[in-house]
Amino acid sequence: MPYTPELKELIKVVEKTRPERVAKKRAGEEIPFLSLDERKERLNFHPDFKEEGRRELKVGPSKGYGIAHEIADLLEAGSRVAPEKVDLSEPAYETDVLVIGGGGAGTAASILAAQQGANVIMATKLRHGDANTMMAEGGIQAASKGHKDSPYYHYLDVLGGGHFTNVPELAETLVNNAPDAIRWLEHQGVNFTKKADGTLETIHGGGTSRKRMHYAADITGAEIMRTIRDEARNMADKIEVLEFSPAVELVLNEHGYCAGAVLYNMETQEYFVVKAKAVILATGGCGRLHIQGFMTTNHYGATADGIVLGYRAGVPVSFLHTVQYHPTGIVFPEQAEGILITEKFRGSGANLVNLEGNQFVNEREPRDVEAASIIKECVNDGLGVPTPTGRLGIWLDSPMIEDLAGEGTVKREFPGKYILYKRFDIDISKEPMLIYPTLHYQNGGLEFQQTGETQVPGLFVAGEVGGGIHGANRLMGNSLLDIIVFGRIAGTSASQFVQDGVKDGKLTLEHVAKYNAEVEAAGITDGRVAPAIIPDYTEEQVRARQLTANYVGNVR
Amino acid sequence: MDTATLTEEVAAKTIPIYIMGKRYEVPETLTIMKAMEHSGYQYIRGCGCRGGICGACATVYRRAGDYKIYTGLACQTVVEPEMYLTQIPFYPANRASYDYESSQPVAETIYQLYPELFRCVACNACTKVCPMDVEVLDYISALKRGDLTAAAEISFDCIQCGLCASRCMGEMAQYHMAQVARRLQGGKIAPKAEHLEKMCGDIDAGTFTDLIEAAKVMTVDELKKVYTEREMEPHMGADEWTPASNHGLA
Repeated sequence: MPYTPELKELIKVVEKTRPERVAKKRAGEEIPFLSLDERKERLNFHPDFKEEGRRELKVGPSKGYGIAHEIADLLEAGSRVAPEKVDLSEPAYETDVLVIGGGGAGTAASILAAQQGANVIMATKLRHGDANTMMAEGGIQAASKGHKDSPYYHYLDVLGGGHFTNVPELAETLVNNAPDAIRWLEHQGVNFTKKADGTLETIHGGGTSRKRMHYAADITGAEIMRTIRDEARNMADKIEVLEFSPAVELVLNEHGYCAGAVLYNMETQEYFVVKAKAVILATGGCGRLHIQGFMTTNHYGATADGIVLGYRAGVPVSFLHTVQYHPTGIVFPEQAEGILITEKFRGSGANLVNLEGNQFVNEREPRDVEAASIIKECVNDGLGVPTPTGRLGIWLDSPMIEDLAGEGTVKREFPGKYILYKRFDIDISKEPMLIYPTLHYQNGGLEFQQTGETQVPGLFVAGEVGGGIHGANRLMGNSLLDIIVFGRIAGTSASQFVQDGVKDGKLTLEHVAKYNAEVEAAGITDGRVAPAIIPDYTEEQVRARQLTANYVGNVR
Repeated sequence: MDTATLTEEVAAKTIPIYIMGKRYEVPETLTIMKAMEHSGYQYIRGCGCRGGICGACATVYRRAGDYKIYTGLACQTVVEPEMYLTQIPFYPANRASYDYESSQPVAETIYQLYPELFRCVACNACTKVCPMDVEVLDYISALKRGDLTAAAEISFDCIQCGLCASRCMGEMAQYHMAQVARRLQGGKIAPKAEHLEKMCGDIDAGTFTDLIEAAKVMTVDELKKVYTEREMEPHMGADEWTPASNHGLA
């Protein structure tokens, strides 16, 4: 729906202060960045710092570690299938490398593993490519311009964004491989936005010291995803894709090696076993768990399944106490709630403006600081803009971009968002957007090394499911980078692992039985099962009428 | 469900919609996707990103008393009274496998992969049905006249939902052809980024290894110092900007 008359009145306040703000932007006058101490204080308004939002894990390799209730609920849950009921003696499929997850990381890993000779099965919960990669808009970081940037500065920015808690070796691997990741994507045919001579266009993102955000209009992730998916499809003789087949358990062998997974055919409701010599978990994050009740930018399948699988198999979790709220998610119109408005709008000059038409924070603080500032402005300082249903938001003044860079810029640079709002009769080149922080990214995850290896031999991770690269907070443009860099590495490592010879042995789900016993011993007896597979958006009254419906977790 | 809330949510008026012919009463402000969930459907297919970019939830509908076919993405389209809708979560389409590395960036590549391109009768049903307002016929015409660059640009917002293929009189899968054009454009027609090649060479030569090794073993206080002192490229400045210090550069 278009803006209501009340909101249109409030937009006039924004329009009134706009000329002065545009002049300031032109003159390079900005709200000063917060000092490191001020950042720390501001973060008290961040949901991560709410003690009541988390609890200590009662079971598993990271027992005692405090994380969000919504994730803890899944880690402190039993298995979907009784392990003794699964027939491990006759796997439905056998392959070299099993990749679990069909997003950017899983696809990059599959391509690299296959190129090095491995036969690959990629199992994915939804369709190949239905993943957060597809939704990433703003860009992908890499220090590609030597006259002003280098991996050293990228490294400093990554660590500063992560509050200096990142695992140094993982951050190092990320930045050193970044330019080559862009080169690989360019070679694969990704249409990065370029100047006529081939120079890649780059802009700033929150927390970057140099303009190193590469992009493909405002659908960078979709352009990357559809390109590498096309390449994987060209390799169909080496990469078999099993869609609508999420993994519900990892399978080990008697020597403790990861040796496959139990998959679930969501359409026929059958479970079946894939035996593999190496497994790559590339299952993404947890946005659809709606941590602390927040709306989310994430796709339908982001339910932290891989964390559950890896944790049960013995891999500890790290940095999982922090989740990222993207500062700017749509809060009006409500039909589009939670949808991400790329940081590129702020990178292109749009101000964040409160009810009174005033700026209150520099637009390029790291994401957690930016989100905390918006929450503070709305909840603490009473300067949020009320929506018709009583929510609060902040204006993102997109028409400024037209004033700064010329008429037509918004439509040209942000075609995706321009169309989305146009469907609601809102022209974002003339009217600002109303935003609020939205659950965006799982900063932490399963512990892993530079090579993609985990503590379990034969089990590799890539992408959002892993933790440590970004420390306590990820910067914009480092997630698309993460999935390509570590996806390629995991594919290469897994294929090498297979070539080096794997100790074959009897398949087992003993670890699952043990885990179930541990859950029971911890006094958790409410019958919760995990992984969640899909979120449950069934209305209470519908559920009440489903008298005979049998729920296993969220799935009917 | 989540944001700072001042008051209780206002109850919306309900309207009748017909999901695959069956009537449901749903709040008038919902998208088709949320209306189906509100009615008790739980998605396995037909739902992906929920943000209008993945192409999983293509939906076709008619309005009561109106012969026209309308389309939209279920996650983006608001329900209308008396709409008759069905989702098309999958539509079979011919996709030709090809060796990208050896493919030449010329129109003949696409002609060989997809000779059915010339079955197009320019009926424009593809453009009319596209939920992303892509000028499908225009990019097909560009391909027919051999202009891969134009086809890549015109098709850029394609989300590969398959609705164009479902309506095509020539039985083509337009979106697969566009994908080939975009890859050839991005990888083989557009000029390469030379600065990227140079940076990759510098990294391979170990130019920055010592610097990063040193940074890796810094204490947090040391890191904070170099982080705080690092020079910031101005926001609105030109790409040619260079920092005052050469420290950390090749």
